[in-house]
Amino acid sequence: MKVLRAARMERCIGCHSCSLACARQVHKSLSWNKAGIRISSAGGLSTGFEARICLACNPAPCAEACPTGALFQRKGGGVIQKKKLCIRCGECAAACPVDAIFLDHQVNPYVCIHCGQCVEFCPHDCLEMVELTSQTDGEGGSDD
Amino acid sequence: MIRDHFRIMVANLTTGKTSILDRPGRNEYLGGSGLAAMLFEEFGHMDRDWDDPEQPVIFAIGPLTGYFPLMSKTCCSFRSPYHNQYTESYAGGKSALSLRFADLDALVIVGKAKRLTALCVGSRRVETRDVEYMRGFDALQTGRVLRKMFPGSGRRSILRIGPAAENLSAYACINVDTYRHFGRMGGGTAMGVKNLKAICILGDRGFALPEGKAYSKLYKDIFKQLTTTEMMAKYHGLGTAVNINPLNELKSLPWKNMQQTSSPEADNISGERFADDTLLRNAACAGCPVGCIHVGFVREQFQTNNQYLYRQVGYDYEPIFACGGMLEVTDTGEVLRILDVIEKEGLDNMSSGVAMAWATEALEKGVISEKETVVKLTWGDTESYMQAVEYISRPPNDFYKLLAQGTLKCAEVYGGKDYACVLGQEMAGYATGEVFFVSEALGFRHAHLDAGGYSWDQKHEDKDVKAALDFLIDDARDRIVLNCMVGCLFSRGVYNDDLLAEALESVGYTGLKGKMPEIGKRVQKMRWRLRLGMGYDPNKVKIPKRYSEVTTWKGPIDMDYMDALRTGYAARIMDLGAPIEDDE
Ligand code: SF4
Ligand code: SF4
Ligand code: SF4
Repeated sequence: MKVLRAARMERCIGCHSCSLACARQVHKSLSWNKAGIRISSAGGLSTGFEARICLACNPAPCAEACPTGALFQRKGGGVIQKKKLCIRCGECAAACPVDAIFLDHQVNPYVCIHCGQCVEFCPHDCLEMVELTSQTDGEGGSDD
Repeated sequence: MIRDHFRIMVANLTTGKTSILDRPGRNEYLGGSGLAAMLFEEFGHMDRDWDDPEQPVIFAIGPLTGYFPLMSKTCCSFRSPYHNQYTESYAGGKSALSLRFADLDALVIVGKAKRLTALCVGSRRVETRDVEYMRGFDALQTGRVLRKMFPGSGRRSILRIGPAAENLSAYACINVDTYRHFGRMGGGTAMGVKNLKAICILGDRGFALPEGKAYSKLYKDIFKQLTTTEMMAKYHGLGTAVNINPLNELKSLPWKNMQQTSSPEADNISGERFADDTLLRNAACAGCPVGCIHVGFVREQFQTNNQYLYRQVGYDYEPIFACGGMLEVTDTGEVLRILDVIEKEGLDNMSSGVAMAWATEALEKGVISEKETVVKLTWGDTESYMQAVEYISRPPNDFYKLLAQGTLKCAEVYGGKDYACVLGQEMAGYATGEVFFVSEALGFRHAHLDAGGYSWDQKHEDKDVKAALDFLIDDARDRIVLNCMVGCLFSRGVYNDDLLAEALESVGYTGLKGKMPEIGKRVQKMRWRLRLGMGYDPNKVKIPKRYSEVTTWKGPIDMDYMDALRTGYAARIMDLGAPIEDDE
């Protein structure tokens, strides 16, 4: 099982191409929020950027918190989403330790499904898909 | 397509009330520049001055903002404090996508707040806050406080002004997010006169996309074109600063208040040198994978015993020309230190640099004395320029008060008009020759981006007045189309009219194929009508003597050629801006 890692965020230019790609291709939305990856500046004007992104927990606290099974454990790590089962309680987002789940104003959750479609839209190669062997430490390799 | 008409928010600072309006006109004006002009016709006042509280400040985006890469800019229009006529300025940052995701095609601000105010708008929010305590705050500090006031990191945009705009300098800018600006023609002061210190735009909603794969596929194609072409490599790599060396070689780099058009020292402030010595990282406007923003850093020792501080400062070709070459400051770090003060005070860096260059020469020539300049302005002396920037922003005397209104206005009183490097406003960094000088002096925004006169000069040795004027008018019209889309002008090599029509079609705006030239022309005329209606007379524009004294790669300036271009261009402008009869 591969998972998405924001391995080289020190290279990020804050273009939001990744979020826009996820929203466009995965969630069929024009948005920089309705996406599995969201970019914010790490502390305002002159510092770098950080990515809000699912760490692919195993076991996943969000899945454990989900009362209906709309989010359930993905083999290896992270979650699989069944939107039909979602009752929009927002428990998943509250349970995520890294705030990786975005809730829109109707409390629909948006979370990374580790499909890898955003990777090719990053102009600075900040993102990569890595093979999860067992429980990794969450750090992708850096080649710079 | 979100909707086939425009959705506009009008915030009235006098009454504190906000309304949402729908307006038709997408197929006639597209958005951006056209929409802003259309809204100025509705909300603006031809018969009242720029500082009338009822004059609007308008921010407008385009139909494809957020939908395609590099559709990442916002058009701001207002009646300018610089010349009391209609004008526009453009900026990116996160402003455009924030407006898109706030579900606003345009934000119109009218009225005047009683006390200094911050406005916050989003798709489900409008709020004004009294920020009188922020009076005098510099632009960086203002940004920091605003970020705490209106949380939403990464997906909001913060527009704010510094002290210069509060003090109504005619060339105060609006600072946007990370080192972006509505720089020219005094947009900051158009906000300042309304007691509007800041605007926070929350991009807090999303929209459904069209069914099918066509849109995603086209997006990918365009994304590829924009991230692989040579042209983009240039903006991403060294950035616009790459222009220093080639312009210097062409004897087209204004230097030392344009006493020279090249210098052996130029290499010390070249794009290459900036990258080697100071480049910290690149940054991008939201929605732009190119990332042309170059952030440099400079380290300063402030105490003995190895105590240092560092500053991060954005740089580009224009600020380096204005605050480097024009002032003969030839050290990258020193240029950044001047730009840092300008950033904080919230001034346009081109106007500030050129104004100080004139003041330095005027002081040297004895036209003014240190009584006026307070500090001894000397070529290459960073400290004196850093001080002078603060004086322009917060004038200690009548001289700086006037200088803050424009170099030529100051020269008219004190003398030294001949060497005021002013082409409608303080010049942009292209001493390329007759066509550029005329283009900037008479052009709509007096910006080098109005039309490619600088590149015409670099490519044509012949002196064909008609060909040059045809080019200026047509090139301006093509750029206006992209200004209506509010795409970044760096993408103009990719977004031709057909591709724009195809992109529009892919998200549901149909029937625009082949219509772009017509729309461009319509908006071109409309903008000129607005400006002429407010008293602009291109026939009266004078090009200062300094411009006839320079030598470029083509040799000395040909005054007859320049005069023919000037009168010819003025006639064409009068024609374009003639009152409507039956041409629509
Ligand atoms: S969404 Fe959060 S809690 Fe759930 S698997 Fe990802 S990181 Fe863990
Ligand atoms: S890996 Fe897929 S789901 Fe996750 S952020 Fe990227 S595009 Fe979205
Ligand atoms: S696409 Fe890459 S550079 Fe752009 S915001 Fe995402 S991670 Fe950063």
